[in-house]
Formats: sequence, C-alpha cells, structure tokens
Amino acid sequence: MTESVFPSPASGGIASSDRWKPNRSLSKLSQRSVVLLFGAFAAVSVFTTFGIIFTLLFETIEFFLEVSPLHFFTATRWTALFADPSFGVIVLLCGTFLTSIIGLLIAIPLGLLAAVCLSEYAPRKVRAFLKPGLEVLAGVPTVVFGYFALLMVTPILQNIIPGLSVFNALSAGIVLGFAILPTIASLSEDAIFAVPQSLRQGSYAVGATKRETITGVVLPAALSGIVSSIILGVARAVGETMIVTLAAGQSPTLTLDPRVSVQTMTSFIVQVTKGDAPYGSIEFKTLFAVGMTLFVLTLILNIFSFWFVRKFQEKYE
Amino acid sequence: MSSQTDKAAQLDSGNFKPELEKRYKIDQIFKTISWIATFSGLVVLAILLIGVLVDGIPSLSLEFLTSPPSRRAAQAGFWPAFVGSICLLLITASVAFPIGVGSGIFLQEFAQNNKFARIVEINISNLAAVPSIIYGLLGLFVFARLLENIPGTGLPLTGGRSILSAGLTLALLILPVIIVATREALKAVPDSIRLAGMALGSTRWQTVRTHVLPQAIPGIMTGTILGLSRAIGETAPIIVVGAAAFVPFAPDISISGFQEPAFTAMPIQIYSWISRPQEEFHSIAASGIIILMLVLFTMNATAVFLRNRFQRSS
Repeated sequence: MTESVFPSPASGGIASSDRWKPNRSLSKLSQRSVVLLFGAFAAVSVFTTFGIIFTLLFETIEFFLEVSPLHFFTATRWTALFADPSFGVIVLLCGTFLTSIIGLLIAIPLGLLAAVCLSEYAPRKVRAFLKPGLEVLAGVPTVVFGYFALLMVTPILQNIIPGLSVFNALSAGIVLGFAILPTIASLSEDAIFAVPQSLRQGSYAVGATKRETITGVVLPAALSGIVSSIILGVARAVGETMIVTLAAGQSPTLTLDPRVSVQTMTSFIVQVTKGDAPYGSIEFKTLFAVGMTLFVLTLILNIFSFWFVRKFQEKYE
Repeated sequence: MSSQTDKAAQLDSGNFKPELEKRYKIDQIFKTISWIATFSGLVVLAILLIGVLVDGIPSLSLEFLTSPPSRRAAQAGFWPAFVGSICLLLITASVAFPIGVGSGIFLQEFAQNNKFARIVEINISNLAAVPSIIYGLLGLFVFARLLENIPGTGLPLTGGRSILSAGLTLALLILPVIIVATREALKAVPDSIRLAGMALGSTRWQTVRTHVLPQAIPGIMTGTILGLSRAIGETAPIIVVGAAAFVPFAPDISISGFQEPAFTAMPIQIYSWISRPQEEFHSIAASGIIILMLVLFTMNATAVFLRNRFQRSS
C-alpha cells in the first residue's frame, strides 16, 4: 500500500488531482490471478483431449505388444473373452457398420425432409411446436431408446418378419435412426434457414416451383451445413452404445444379415466393463484397443467434416 | 395430345415446356412426404412415451421409489439408484459449473483471438463428436486407476471405481456444453456495459464480475441445467467407469461415501432390469424410466422457465 486511497474529509483533504493516488495494485493482482485461474480452467478441455489420446494410446500399445496388428485387422473371428482368443476387430466393425447403416438410412432422409419442412413449409406457429418436440426426442436417454427397441419394436418386427431373433441388428438400427434423427434435422434446419431469402426469390423469378427451388437452390446452398450435420449423425450412430447393447445383443458374428444378433465396438466395451476386467489383463487392454479404433473412426469423420465445411462453405452477407 | 401438335407448340414457344401441372403435382407429393417425415419423429416419441407409461404405471409407487433393489421384481425398488444419480449430479455440477463458466469467461472476455483461445475452441468442437463411451474409458484409466489413491500414502483419492470417478467423468463430458452456453450468454450482454465499467476505471475482471456476469447468469444456468440433464441420462460412460448393477444401499452423501467403490445410478439400474429375461423386471424398468424422465422433465422445464424469463427481461 502506498498512501490513503481516497482523501477523507476528516483529514481535511481535498480531492485534488495531485492528491488522488488510486491503489490499483490489488485489483491488478486479482485481475491477473483470475485470468490465470480461468485460463487453467480453459486448459482442462485441452487436457481432456490429451488425456483421451494418451489413455487410448498407452493401453493400445500394450495390447499390440501381445497381439499383432496384422491379426487385429485381418482375422475374421472375434473371441476376445474365450480361452483361445482371436481378435478380428473387423467383426465388431462390421456390427457397428450394419447397425449404423440401418440407422442412417432412416435418419438421413427423414431428418433432411423434416429440416426442409420445418424451415420451408411449416408456418411459424406450427414450427414453434414441432421444433421443441424434436428436441424432446433428442433429450430422451439412450437407455430408454434401448428399452423401446428391445421390448416394443422387436416384438412388432417379429410379427412381420419370421425368423427374426430376439436380439437383432434391424430393430437396434431402426431405433438408432430415430435417436439421431433430431440431430440431423435440427442442425440441417439451421443451415437451411440461414440461406438468404434473395436466393429463393431469384429462383421463383425464373419460374421454379417451390420444390424445385428447395432441391435446386436452397439445399445446394446449405450443403456444407447439411453435410456436417450428417457427419455428426454418423459419428453419433457409430458411438451409440445403449441401444445396440440392449437390442442387438452380444454375439460377435461377421454378417450383414440384419435379422441376427451382432456385436458392435461399443457393446463389446460395455460387455467387458460390466464384468470385472482386472487392470493389466488382456481383456482390459482389448477394451482400449477397441476404444482406439472407435476414436480414430470418429476423428476421421471429424477431419473430413472440417475439410468439407472449409472447402464448400458459402458465405452470405 | 398428339406428337405433332406437341412439336408445334414447342416450336411456338421456343422449346419452352412449362408442364406446370406435372411439376405442381411433384411439389405436392414432396411437401406431403416432408410433413410425414417431420411427424414420424414425433409419432415415435409418442408411441415410446405411451408404451413406457402403460408398462410402468402399474408398478409405480412411493414404495418403489424408496425401497432397495431386490432379486424379486415385486419387492425391488429404486432408492440406491435414485440417490446415486442425485450424488452424481452434485459431483458433476460442482466440478463442471465453475470450470465451465470460468473457461467460458476466459474465452469470451479475456482472451479473444489469441492462439491459446483458438486451440481451445477447435478442441471443444472436436470433443463434441467424441462418443461418450470414450470418456468412460478415460475415466476408467485416469480417475479410477491412476488417481485411485493419493500417491505415496495409500489413502483413497477417488477410491477407484467410485461415484466420485463417475461424477468427474460426466463433468468432463458436459464441460463443452457449459462452456458454449456461457460464451453465448456473455455474447448477448451489450458491449456498452463493458465500456462503461472500464471507463469508470475498473479492471476487466471487476467489470465482468459486477456487471456482465449478473446479466449473463440466467443464460449460463439454462445451459448448465441442459448439460446436467444430459449427464443424468448418460449410461455408457458410467458403466465403463464401473457402476454396478446391484447395489443394495444408497450412498452416503459425504466424501468417504463418494469414494465407496460400489455405486449405481438410475440409468444403470434401468439397464440391468431391461437386460433380465423375466417380464416383471421389464415393467419395473418402465417404472424406473418414468421416474428418470420426470427428473429430466423437471430439469428441462426449469431451464426453459429461466430462458423465457431471461428473454423477457432483456
């Protein structure tokens, strides 16, 4: 502290400019320490990423010291939990691929059409009800979707398709599709809504109908946003866990038949961690090798999305 | 129409064929399909909710909420799972809220456009696409294994596969949501307030603390509650960290209770009931879902209420 901060009337001081010496050192100190503290907080999210990469890498390397990468990527059997284990991750990739494709076949067309409808056709008042409705669907916990798939959708499908087993990729995929539909619909709608009105009017002026305007002008103009919403949908489908664990079962089979049970990467991770895999065991390491595969897959999707948006993004005033 | 007159018409209008009728028909079909697509999601939501209510209401009672789980469906209750979820919520909120809001303030108020801020920004959008089960693996390795004990003493830090480890994992999971919400809320505060604060000689932090933050608080709370409601429904990451399916006692709400290596939560209990073959367990799973959804509904309603009040006042 230097001198008194403010001239006090008691000391007979007058607030003249040469007597007023503000003590700023304390507030400067608090400013600096807050910036440091909050900067450290912001670094937590960076550390999270590094933590994820380090964690996965560490155990994956351990895993590959025991199992050759060639075997991991080319073997066609996945029997990681058996006495004579075989680690053909392609089996799990195939399961993930199957359930995701079924989900995306539902979510992409329905999501895009819903986005078009919300942005272009729905009157404002109706939109104000529909959009929160879809947001509610997005907020439903995935374990609830798992209940829906296993106990409500599968019995209905079994009536329609004879020979459908209790655990099957079809029911999981369908429900997965509805779980990611709101993601695609809401993000695409933002992109479509952001297309300037003048483009639509230009299209009408040359005689296009509303649908022709949408498919020929509006959707291409919103392409980068739509593609990044679809990629986020793909990433969610690939990483979705509870629906596939509950409805698609736990039997790792290399098949593209949607009527039988398959195991995805995520449901394998759940299967192992539900039991008690001791640290350092091969099961424990397998967990991280599969997690790494999943992470790399979503990373590739992410990088593609970044690249695509940067290359194709249209900027409007 | 014969081809000759058609050709004549074509020549007349210089190859221009409006075919309006056909095009309008396609338009109409497209419009109808897009409406059907929009409602398909809502219809599925309605079927799901009605189905859960029909299955779950008969076994729903106060006794169900307050009794411990049992091997027999008729006596099984939800209490340890319910309290477990509340504890998770407490831990997650008390870690994620300060860190998330602090990061948001840092990025929005203190460090616009510097290199570190840009890295953090890219990083946050990257984390949004990482599957939640990967966070579970992170929590299993870092919180449950590396930080199990205080190094060198053998005293428990997280206590291994405990509710504390799970809560910390969920905190990391929802951190990006809170950061983004904080930034949006701060962005909405007009710059004139900052300028006025600084013109009076206060530091940036003083301006933010006394003037900007109070205005942004409702928006921040909304985002935080939405993030927490995501955390409470998450199943996969906490299974991976080590939630157990059968825990007969509710955890103590204390540090040592949070370090207990056996815990459960609502989604975990629901999951374990669904995966049992007996039908009675399926209906109590539905009752559990009703309670979980009621909690979520309450949280979201609070968030919407805050958002609306905030929008009206500004």
